[in-house]
Amino acid sequence: MRSVRSVRSGEQTRPLIPTTVGSQTSCPVTRSLEFEWVKTGAVLTERHQRLVLAWLLAGAFVVMIVCTKFGAVDVTGSDWLAALWNLVTSDHTDEAIGPVGVILLQVRFPRVLMGFLVGGTLAIVGATLQALLRNPLADPYVLGVSSGAALGITAATLLGGAAFSGAFSMGVLTVSIWGFVGGLATLVVIYTLAQSHGRLPIHGLLLAGVVLNAVLTALIMFMTSIMEPARSAGLIAWLMGSVAVPGWSGLLGIAACVTAGAGWLLYHAPALNVLTQGEETARSLGVDVERLKKRLYVVAALLVGAVVSVSGMIGFVGMVVPHLVRMAVGADHRLLMPAAALVGGSFLVLSDTVARTLLAPSEIPVGVVTALAGGPVFLYFLLAQKSRMV
Amino acid sequence: MQIPSFNGLERTVGTPAMAVEEVSFRYDRPQPGRSWTVEQVSFDVAFGEIVGIVGPNGSGKSSLLKLMAGLLRPDAGAIYLEGRPIADRPPLEMARILALVPQEPAPLFPFSVAETVLMGRFPHRKAGWWNVGAGAEQEADLVAVHRAMAETNVLALADRLISDLSGGERQRVLIARALAQEPRVLLLDEPTAFLDLSHQIDVCAVVRRLAKERQLAIVLVTHDLNVASLLCGRVVMVREGTVRAIGTPAEIIKPEILRSVYGCDVVIDRHPETGGPRVTLSMQAV
Repeated sequence: MRSVRSVRSGEQTRPLIPTTVGSQTSCPVTRSLEFEWVKTGAVLTERHQRLVLAWLLAGAFVVMIVCTKFGAVDVTGSDWLAALWNLVTSDHTDEAIGPVGVILLQVRFPRVLMGFLVGGTLAIVGATLQALLRNPLADPYVLGVSSGAALGITAATLLGGAAFSGAFSMGVLTVSIWGFVGGLATLVVIYTLAQSHGRLPIHGLLLAGVVLNAVLTALIMFMTSIMEPARSAGLIAWLMGSVAVPGWSGLLGIAACVTAGAGWLLYHAPALNVLTQGEETARSLGVDVERLKKRLYVVAALLVGAVVSVSGMIGFVGMVVPHLVRMAVGADHRLLMPAAALVGGSFLVLSDTVARTLLAPSEIPVGVVTALAGGPVFLYFLLAQKSRMV
Repeated sequence: MQIPSFNGLERTVGTPAMAVEEVSFRYDRPQPGRSWTVEQVSFDVAFGEIVGIVGPNGSGKSSLLKLMAGLLRPDAGAIYLEGRPIADRPPLEMARILALVPQEPAPLFPFSVAETVLMGRFPHRKAGWWNVGAGAEQEADLVAVHRAMAETNVLALADRLISDLSGGERQRVLIARALAQEPRVLLLDEPTAFLDLSHQIDVCAVVRRLAKERQLAIVLVTHDLNVASLLCGRVVMVREGTVRAIGTPAEIIKPEILRSVYGCDVVIDRHPETGGPRVTLSMQAV
């Protein structure tokens, strides 16, 4: 059977509209690629998908490279370019790449990549939750998953007795597991609260998330308030959100975890498309809705746990980015999800650059930057949507 | 008459496409004063036949349709789809035989009409990583989508956003999505509800043509007795979860039956074109 991929093979035959009655297989030989609606782009074609993703990938690459110029140490443009050139051409010894090269290699590149991973993950999780809840305003924060993850990590710090200064002081894996446990526990509680008739109504879930979020935040504040100030200071700084990373070693584990999870979500893009149509429709189309939803929530909680453990609470990326990307490229999750990941990553890299240059040499928490940029957009959507939402 | 079926098996017109046998069902929280939502219901549907389920509000007709679609599980009895209980059929296999046009709120996500119809191909797609990329649709998928859109007259709307359509256009798109599944049984929940006259006619014409040309077995739930009278070969009248009457519209739509089912008097005369029963509100009752 030929696939749509041969759209560029240039066949000229006019489409035959199949008119056979009764039998569904024996459609006459048809040049489906000549269908007017395929040509006008009413459905996503592979060509369009690749084109958009290639541009976004190129854009993300440029953003990441350019953002390495900025940081606590002032680097002139020519030094920066020379260091970049050395990084590409020479072997990576400290002598060969010079002091600027060392800063780029050991500090800025890991940080930029971390920002990209965190932003991309938040955006792809946001897109997933929005489809799951059929609400374009859903987001890991609205649901309380991030607060749950943060609470798990805060509790681990409180019980552990050590000072907390970010995930890397305790080991990324340990902290991620606590974040996952907290995030998943939140989802389980929300699920149980909102369950009725054996299935899960959407609005109950959202409301439960809002309430739980408030309670979890209060618990986090309570826990930080009973710690000694020396221990809670690092915790509070982490909670406000930062993508600082001590070198490459910490980056790799989180990169592997996040890539696998995001890939798994992406694999379910066609099912997510169907889920947006309503649960009855999805079930009548053969999707095992309850099982798929549970799995997606678990993977979302894993990803949020991992991301929160390294970067704290960074809000609005998960909601605003997928929403804007959907307006630009359409609602098909096969394009929306990877596009949102690329845009979300770039957005967070830019926000982090603003965070570390605006009041340089001191840094503002990147969560503050994304909230100040994303909050008004969120409010605008909320007002615009009010008339249409149930 | 033999009709070649999709999976190569032969099927004969006249054997029931679907059979509902002694089906009872209740929700976890039953309605007050009534233990069963659907109680001991039996009827069948043949290929090429349109069966209407009518009855007062809360009579269990939508629940009955959901039972037939496999969205609810019967507590007693069984529902057979082409001779096999639907409980034994995996969801994807079922979705390749039976399609449902549910009543669900308008989607908020900006999918185009063609994208929406293409979702009907979900049960036919082959799972695998390569299907995540766009363009994984096979030729057969696009042909089925095109045919479904042509038959429901939505080709001209293909690149419009589903959220921008009127209710009648949206209903035809949802029927097209169901047709893209290439089903042999089609279930419709209130297909003409909230539609103005011309859109009601459009939807009725599409439904009628599908039964005739595609030989689909069609079950529709409706409030509108006149729509049922015009479209349906047989009507199942339910009240409080049980079947009160079953038969052709001429046999069923009678003042005494309607009085016992709906508890009110109506005027019934003949439709000037079809000669079938036509229901009007009675001035005396008003």
